[in-house]
Amino acid sequence: MSAHSSVRDRAKLALRDDFLRGAVHFTTDRLRNRKQAVTEDFGNWEAWRDRGEAIRRHTIENLDYYLGQFADNLERLGAHVHFCADAREALAVVTDIVRAKSARRVVKSKSMVTEEVHLNHHLEALGVEVIETDLGEYIVQLAGETPSHIIIPAIHKTREQIQALFEADGGQNLTTETRDLVAFARQRLREMYLTADIGITGCNFGIAETGSIALFTNEGNADLVANLPKTHIVFMGMERVLPTLEDLEVFAHLLPKSATGQNTITYLSMVTGPRRDRDADGAEEMHVIILDNGRSRQLGDPDFQAVLHCIRCGACLNVCPVYRQIGGHAYGSVYPGPIGAVLSPLLEGGEAYQDLPYASSLCGACYEACPVKIPLHDMLVKERQRFVANTGGKTGEKAAFTAYAVTFADHRRYLGAIRVARRLQGGFARDGVIRAKIGPLAGWTERRDFPALGSQTFREWWMTRKRGTRRG
Amino acid sequence: MKVSLFVTCIVDAVFPKVGIATTRLLEASGCEVEFPIGQTCCGQPAFNSGYADEARHVARTLLEAFADADAVVSPSGSCVGMIRHYYPALFAGDPALADEAMRLAEKTYELSQFLVNHLGKVDFGGRFPHRVTFHPSCHGSRLLGVREEPLELLRHVRDLELVELPYARDCCGFGGTFSVKMSEISSAMADEKADNVVASGADVLVSTDMGCLMNIGGTLSRRGARVRVMHLAELLAEAAGLTEEVTA
Repeated sequence: MSAHSSVRDRAKLALRDDFLRGAVHFTTDRLRNRKQAVTEDFGNWEAWRDRGEAIRRHTIENLDYYLGQFADNLERLGAHVHFCADAREALAVVTDIVRAKSARRVVKSKSMVTEEVHLNHHLEALGVEVIETDLGEYIVQLAGETPSHIIIPAIHKTREQIQALFEADGGQNLTTETRDLVAFARQRLREMYLTADIGITGCNFGIAETGSIALFTNEGNADLVANLPKTHIVFMGMERVLPTLEDLEVFAHLLPKSATGQNTITYLSMVTGPRRDRDADGAEEMHVIILDNGRSRQLGDPDFQAVLHCIRCGACLNVCPVYRQIGGHAYGSVYPGPIGAVLSPLLEGGEAYQDLPYASSLCGACYEACPVKIPLHDMLVKERQRFVANTGGKTGEKAAFTAYAVTFADHRRYLGAIRVARRLQGGFARDGVIRAKIGPLAGWTERRDFPALGSQTFREWWMTRKRGTRRG
Repeated sequence: MKVSLFVTCIVDAVFPKVGIATTRLLEASGCEVEFPIGQTCCGQPAFNSGYADEARHVARTLLEAFADADAVVSPSGSCVGMIRHYYPALFAGDPALADEAMRLAEKTYELSQFLVNHLGKVDFGGRFPHRVTFHPSCHGSRLLGVREEPLELLRHVRDLELVELPYARDCCGFGGTFSVKMSEISSAMADEKADNVVASGADVLVSTDMGCLMNIGGTLSRRGARVRVMHLAELLAEAAGLTEEVTA
């Protein structure tokens, strides 16, 4: 991502990419329809959402307690717990482990938090080979890109593009058949699990009462990553705890149904501490990195605390009409779509990503889709308000809204302004529409007609009519 | 019953016929309609762009204009959504206006909701021999929960054939200031919506929000597509023969 481009600039590029838009349309459609079918079939979906929200709200309201319980249980099991304030601290922990183990090769299963701290880049700088084992992540890694979706990292890739990537990587001819492409990746990756020194996973949920790490995958790769190498590192955002296994049961429904419209996840792997003497398999050493990175700043903020309820299912991306048009990379942040537009400016703070909350028409589809009912559409507006409060707003825009406030605060001034506009539009209006690219309308009239003001406003009609009835 | 009309700035300035149709439908339902002249705009353009102070400044005109109204009715789900859902919080810090904002939020209704749920009026006795498709506005349907009411009204119009709009609940890309701030994304969304309107095979596209219709209609007219774009109020009034030539 370029620090100097705007979301609007990146969107313009994305809008010209027919492959990308075709791929995103196709997959989000499928996910949406499957989700609708599976939730209707399941029944009481709204009650499940309420339950999900209640659990997340309670957990985040008592996050200190549950994180403490979680960490105590992990240590009791023999795992090492590292609370890290930011990327720098988390990467330092990884450096120490890599050096202690003289690690040369790392296998990873899907983790958005590692994207947040640019872990792969860091490991490569340490001279460590990193292999992503989630099929989508593997594709994205081969392409030298970042994920463009929280759940489906390579959603923007077409079958043909994947075939080309794999052929270049393996030096063999492949078809575009799923079976063929998956077989290639499987064969490449299997060698890696067995020869890796460290396995790094994310964490869908940390269970406070047991100290377990719950991992949801469809490929079973997290099982292998967590259990085959001698050392297992877990990366998790500090908000991703659940109090009990009973709570996990609720999310074992909500997460796969929301994310991909699957009734249940293919592999729900539970890792509870490192290998014990009587265990048949498992990592001998386990480290859990619990990352803050801007999360704790949202605690106690009535406007934004609920963003920590997010379970990273991607349902908001799949229904978002903006994401549908521009894909994930245009957001320029680790987290794309509505959740990215809300979360990235919050986690980052300061100047970064300030334009993301504006990349939304505020249609509310994200809130409707969210399994834990995060009011993303309201948060987007609140972020815009915060930006204006902190910066005074962009100069031209501030002037426009000041003029709007003055004009519209008095109905006489307002009508006067309409009459002036009516005279001014004379030169541009044809057949009741304006097509000229003038002033702030230029963006509109590029591809849309704008209605010209009529010869009479409603209020003028009303006054005329009232006078008529008085006379009549 | 006495009803105060909140006509919205877009309807007032750009689509006065929608305001006139709304007036006639309410009158045909037996309401005594008032139009407090002090009203201008709900403040949503400023509010959604993050300018809360400017939004409050403009929103105050509505608090004053409708202070004595029993019920406020408007042909816009979006503007009513603004009043019902955001006014109480917008004025929460102003002791002089907080109660007034709460009261206005409680007594403001979107037109189709008011007709169907409060007046129980679903049949205006009209005929409209066309294929019609309905675009549910995001704010009307998601924010206010206006879902069945417009369809209920359309189903009572004789000879009207209601056809399904593919991807009906996807946003058309208007989003107020979004349409100019992020005009490329907005246009792409409007294009997809226009494609779906054409694919529906309808002669007429109807909705309950002029913002959306201005966006979709502007896209259709630029393409030269032969689809007539109407507000629900216009369609019902025309079908029932309640419209008359509006003279300037």
